Amino acid sequence: MRLFFLGRKRVNLNNTDGAQIRLVPAGRKKSTFFISGSVTVDNSASVREEILSLVPTDITISMVEFDLKDVVVMDSAGVAILVDLRKHLKERGFDCKIINVPPRISGFLTLVDTDSLLELAETKKPEKKFNLILFLGEVTLEALEECRSVVTFLGEMVIALVSLLRHPKKMRWDDFFLFIERAGTDALPIVALLSLLMGLIMAFQAAVQLRQFGANIFVADLVGISILRELGPLLTAIIIAGRSGASFAAEIGTMKVSEEVDALTTMGFEPVSFLALPRILAATFVGPFLTLVGDFVGILGGLIVGMISLDLSATAYLEETYTAITFFDLFSGLIKSVAFAVLIAGVGCLRGFQVERSADSVGKKTTSAVVSGIFLIVFADAIFTIIFHYF
Amino acid sequence: MEEAKEREPIIEVKNLTAGFGEEIILKDVSFSVYQGEIFVIIGASGCGKSTLLKHIVGLYDPVAGNVYIDGDDITTADDIELSRILRKIGVLFQSGALFSSMTLWENIALPLQEYTTLPEDVIDIMVRMKLQMVHLEGYEEKYPSELSGGMQKRAALARAMALDPKILFFDEPSAGLDPVTAAEIDLLVKQINTSLGTTMVIVTHELASIFTIAQRVIMLDREEKGIIATGTPHKLKEKCQDVRVQNFFNRKPALSAVKEKRRAAQPCLAE
Repeated sequence: MRLFFLGRKRVNLNNTDGAQIRLVPAGRKKSTFFISGSVTVDNSASVREEILSLVPTDITISMVEFDLKDVVVMDSAGVAILVDLRKHLKERGFDCKIINVPPRISGFLTLVDTDSLLELAETKKPEKKFNLILFLGEVTLEALEECRSVVTFLGEMVIALVSLLRHPKKMRWDDFFLFIERAGTDALPIVALLSLLMGLIMAFQAAVQLRQFGANIFVADLVGISILRELGPLLTAIIIAGRSGASFAAEIGTMKVSEEVDALTTMGFEPVSFLALPRILAATFVGPFLTLVGDFVGILGGLIVGMISLDLSATAYLEETYTAITFFDLFSGLIKSVAFAVLIAGVGCLRGFQVERSADSVGKKTTSAVVSGIFLIVFADAIFTIIFHYF
Repeated sequence: MEEAKEREPIIEVKNLTAGFGEEIILKDVSFSVYQGEIFVIIGASGCGKSTLLKHIVGLYDPVAGNVYIDGDDITTADDIELSRILRKIGVLFQSGALFSSMTLWENIALPLQEYTTLPEDVIDIMVRMKLQMVHLEGYEEKYPSELSGGMQKRAALARAMALDPKILFFDEPSAGLDPVTAAEIDLLVKQINTSLGTTMVIVTHELASIFTIAQRVIMLDREEKGIIATGTPHKLKEKCQDVRVQNFFNRKPALSAVKEKRRAAQPCLAE
C-alpha cells in the first residue's frame, strides 16, 4: 500500500490485480472509495479485503460512498462484494451508497435487485434444531414404509412365482441364463480364490493351536466341518451380495431413473416379474453351486497347509476329513446358501425398485442393497444355527 | 455480411471434421461466432448439431480442424489452458444436468467455491443473485428433483452463469418444455444477452424459439455433413431456395421431398 498526498488531502491508493481503490475524504462526515479498473471474479476477494482494511476508523465519518465512475469491467462477483461490503458497513454504523454506475457495467444491476439481495443476506438461514419427537416420528414412519414396501414386494414375488408355475413359457428364460452367467460363472474365480485363502488361513490358525497337543490331524476335522457348515456358504453369500446384489440394485435403479420401469408398466408388464424374477431365480440357482465350489476349494486350502507345514500326507488328511464330515454338514450348508441367495437377490431388486429419480438415490440404494444383504445373511444364519441345533 | 465481419469473432471453427471411429458426421466445417450475438445452430435430428456443440466446448476431440475460443485453440490446449478456457464458457445441457445430491444453492456455489477465493458470505450473495436472474429466488434449499422441468432448466442456466462466462452454450434449451415455459427461457436468454452482452450459442430445432431469439443461424445437414445455409431466420425462410431449408422452416415432411433434387449446390447465404 502506498500512501501519498494529493493536494492537502491524504489519499490511499491501492492496486489489486487490475483494480485500483482510492479512499478520498469528502467533507467532514463522508468518505468516498473510488474504484477503477476491473473488479471480476479473479480479484474480487482481494479487492474486498483491501476495502475492508481501508474503512475509516474516524468516528465523525458516518457516510461511505462507492464511486464506480472509472470501473471498466465488473462482473457478478464485483456486484456481490459491493452488496457484502454494504452489509458490513451498515453493521459498523455507516450509511452506504453506490454512485456513478456507468452504463457498461449496469447489466447486473438491471437483472438483480440488490436491496432484496441484501435483505436475503441479512436474514440468516434458520438453523434446524434437533427435535427428538420429530426424529422418532420420522424414523417410525420410515420403518413402517419399509415394512410396507417389503410386504408389497413379497406379495408381488409370490404372484409372479404362481404365474410362472402356471405359464412357464412366459418367463424371460434368456434373461435367466444371462444372469446365471453373470452371477454364477463370472463369480467362480473370485469365489475359488477367496475360499482357498480362507481354507489356508483356517488351517494355519488351527495348526498353531493343535500342534501344541500333537493333534495335527484334527486340523482336517476343523477345516472340513467349519467350511461346510458355516464359512463356505457365508463367504460365497457375501461375494454374491457384493457382486450381484449391488448390480441388481444399480441396474434396476438406473432403469427407474430413465423411466424404463415406467415404460414396462405402460406396456402391460409387471416390472417385478419381468425384472426381479429372472434375477432372483438365477441367483438362487447359482448360490448352492458356487457354495459347493467354495467348499471344495476351501478344503483344498486346508489340505495344502496340512501337507506343507504339518507334514500330513494327502491321503491321511482326506481320510480324516471324510470321517469327520457328515452328509448333513454339506446339506445344511447348501440349504443355507439357497436361502442366502434368495435374500440377497430379493433385497437387491427391492432396493432397485425403491430408487427415486436421481443419481444420488441409485448410489444410496445400491449401498443399502449390499448392507441389508449382508445383514440378512448373518441374521438368517443365526436362525438356521438355532433350527439345526434343535433338529 | 459486411456488418458482421467488422465485429470481433469470439469463436472460430476452422475446417472441423468430426466423427466417431469410421463414421464421419461433420466434414470440413468452418464458421465464426461474433462477440455478443445470439447464434443458433439448427438442423434436422441426427445432423450433428449436438456433436458440433460438444466439439466446440471441448468434450470431444475432432478428427481434424481447430476450434478457437476467444483466441485460444481448445483442440490443442493442455489441461491448464483448457481449464482457463473452460472458465470463459458455461454450458446448459439438454437435461439440465444439475447434481441431484446437491441443493440448488450447492449446485451454483460449487464452481464459485472451487475456482475462487471469495468468502462464503460473498458466494452466498452471488448464488442468490444468479437465482434471482433466473427468477428462482427462494428455491436455494430445494433439491433438483423437487423442481419442475422448466425450473430445472433455469437453475441449470444459473449454474452455467456462476462464473460470469463470456459465452453460454445451450443444447436444446426448450426441449421437453411447454410453450409458455420455453418462451420464458427464450426471454431469459435475450435478457441476459442484452444486459450482460454474453455471447449465446444455441442448438435447437424449435421454430418459434429460432424466430424470437436468433440473430444469426447456421443450418447443418446430415448428408452434406456440413453447413447448408447461413443467415437470419427470416431471410432464410424467405430467400433460401434450398428445399431442405424450406422444409425445415415450413415444417414440411421430407419423406416425399427426398426425390426432388432442387438443392442448392452452394451453401445458401441470406444475411
